[in-house]
Amino acid sequence: MNNGAVVRLIDVRKTYRTGDVDVHAVRGVSLDIARGEFVALMGASGSGKSTLMNVLGCLDRPTSGQYFLDGNDVSSLDRDQLADIRNRKLGFVFQNFNLLPRTTARENVELPLLYGENRLTNAQLRERADRVLAAVGLQGREDHHPSQLSGGQQQRVAIARALINEPEVILADEPTGNLDSRTSIEIMSIFQQLNEQGITVVMVTHEPDIARYAKRNVMMRDGVVRDDFTVTERFEGTRELEQIRSTSDEAS
Amino acid sequence: MRVGATFNVAFRALRRNKMRSVLTALGIIIGVGAVIAMVGIGNGAKSQVEQQIASLGQNIIIISSGSTTSSGIRTGWGGAGTLKIEDAEAIRREVAGVTAVSEEVISTTQVAAGNQNWFTRIYGESADYFDIRQWPLADGAPFTAQDVRSANKVCVIGQTTATQVFGNENPLGQILRVKNVPFTVTAILNPKGLSVQGVDQDDIVIMPYSSAMKRVVGGTTLRNINVQVADASQLGVAQQQIVDLLRQRHNIRAGRDDDFTVRNQQEIADAATATTDVMTGLLGAIAGVSLVVGGIGIMNIMLVSVTERTREIGTRMAVGARGRDILTQFLIEAISLSCVGGILGIIIGIAAAKTIAITRHWPALISPMSIFAAFAVSALVGIFFGFYPARKAAALDPIEALRYE
Ligand SMILES: Nc1ncnc2c1ncn2[C@@H]1O[C@H](COP(=O)(O)OP(=O)(O)OP(=O)(O)O)[C@@H](O)[C@H]1O
Ligand SMILES: [Mg+2]
Repeated sequence: MNNGAVVRLIDVRKTYRTGDVDVHAVRGVSLDIARGEFVALMGASGSGKSTLMNVLGCLDRPTSGQYFLDGNDVSSLDRDQLADIRNRKLGFVFQNFNLLPRTTARENVELPLLYGENRLTNAQLRERADRVLAAVGLQGREDHHPSQLSGGQQQRVAIARALINEPEVILADEPTGNLDSRTSIEIMSIFQQLNEQGITVVMVTHEPDIARYAKRNVMMRDGVVRDDFTVTERFEGTRELEQIRSTSDEAS
Repeated sequence: MRVGATFNVAFRALRRNKMRSVLTALGIIIGVGAVIAMVGIGNGAKSQVEQQIASLGQNIIIISSGSTTSSGIRTGWGGAGTLKIEDAEAIRREVAGVTAVSEEVISTTQVAAGNQNWFTRIYGESADYFDIRQWPLADGAPFTAQDVRSANKVCVIGQTTATQVFGNENPLGQILRVKNVPFTVTAILNPKGLSVQGVDQDDIVIMPYSSAMKRVVGGTTLRNINVQVADASQLGVAQQQIVDLLRQRHNIRAGRDDDFTVRNQQEIADAATATTDVMTGLLGAIAGVSLVVGGIGIMNIMLVSVTERTREIGTRMAVGARGRDILTQFLIEAISLSCVGGILGIIIGIAAAKTIAITRHWPALISPMSIFAAFAVSALVGIFFGFYPARKAAALDPIEALRYE
């Protein structure tokens, strides 16, 4: 059903009440995202991107409107049910990584498994975490603490954590906001690989260059979608990285 | 979420802040340690008192000069005694089941031998006294009923008096001058040690009461009459007969108070242990307060910890932790702190009780029950004081928590 739409928003609104003033952060967004899409959500500061991402991520409930995730209406679920959905179907990547301090990369990646339904032994936890860490290129870094890793490496740990429960959708709010341009491209390259494997990716970004790694761009302004188009001249992460490498080789 | 995993998470968190965890647990360690030590010492003191009273002898009734009010306060002390030698003889003759009677006078005075002086207690007793008190002799022979009848100048002395007055010499057969009257030492008592009140029971001279009254104490009345009956079942009847007999002999009309006091061993024991019970209760209560303070310490640190780890809580919620998972995690952290503190406290408390017991020559009585109770209480303290911070953590909004700086 839903013509393969993994995310379907119907007239979603979110209003914050702060004192006497109502802030209409999202005012009527209808959006379909099909399985396997790679969407970049763009727009000026305060246009409601993060608010919309929180709804998509089941961290928050819309004030009105409906949200179907994987065909199920999740707009009226309670706190515990939303927690289960986040655990099973969604993976989060944050701008500030949000890794647990003084905790190894492996333990950070294991975190979602601790709250899952499956009872895994410590050996199974470890094995799965190490496999996903290897997939994002962090072999040999399993026992490092976040303070011993670069920003790009920390973000990879966060991506590994988002991947460990094989989610339907990965949600990333400004994943490259704290990274330099080259590391940003590396992260985009990972997202593109995951997307190739069939995982749906939705990310917020301010940088038009970064948005060009996605397949589709959605532009927001004042809480509504203003523009929605397919990226024509798409950047390829691996190719861009090769190019950077060769130019730096020439320079030296 | 898996229970094992929750424990894992909680222990990891505690290990991340080792020093803080130790300091927080310290409050409970001290609290539980104090409770265990105080109750152990109190129980030890109580058993010591019971032992002392048992050492008075078996099936003993003590009749004292002067009356007591209903609340147990002795009145009329210091005036002339009311018990006469004839009273003791009447008891010996007329009360059923009596096996031994000892007339008792007590005094403190200077004794001397050679050039050694010593201030000690003088007990005048009958020849039955050593049997009644079950007080064996270390050496020599006790004075006899004949000595008592003739008021002979003989005495039996305790170990302390012996060493103080005679030093290394053998006191047997030697002369001990009591108020300048020469007495012959016929025996030395086995050592008995300190009494509950800390009195050295071996610092004593025991002589026939007749000799004591005639030559040392003066007067014609007795301080006490110690009576022993054959069987514990006869105590009540004998006690009543003694009261009736003495009232009749002292011409006390119905409705007037006794001018003597009759107590049996059980009553003396009850009065003495009541005091130690109150003491144990008081010490335990004070120690309990420190346990509460320890609990508040846990609550304080858990609240700080929840605030400090708001982002962590948000992250956990984002990856699927339910409120209940967060609640359990923080509750387990609090309970772990209090239980580990409780176990260490029990160990330290036992060690402290034993040390104090050894220095005070008391038995330290630590019952398995008090250990179990201390552990249960420390777990309860963890649950009680950990619940509020844990619930606060569980109620956090994931978005707010993630955004927390
Ligand atoms: N918890 C909140 N309480 C009240 N108002 C809020 C809250 N969160 C967001 N807002 C308001 O909602 C509007 C949209 O905020 P949102 O964070 O979604 O914007 P954004 O597009 O993500 O901006 P940025 O690019 O700067 O991250 C803003 O006006 C903001 O002030
Ligand atoms: Mg934002």
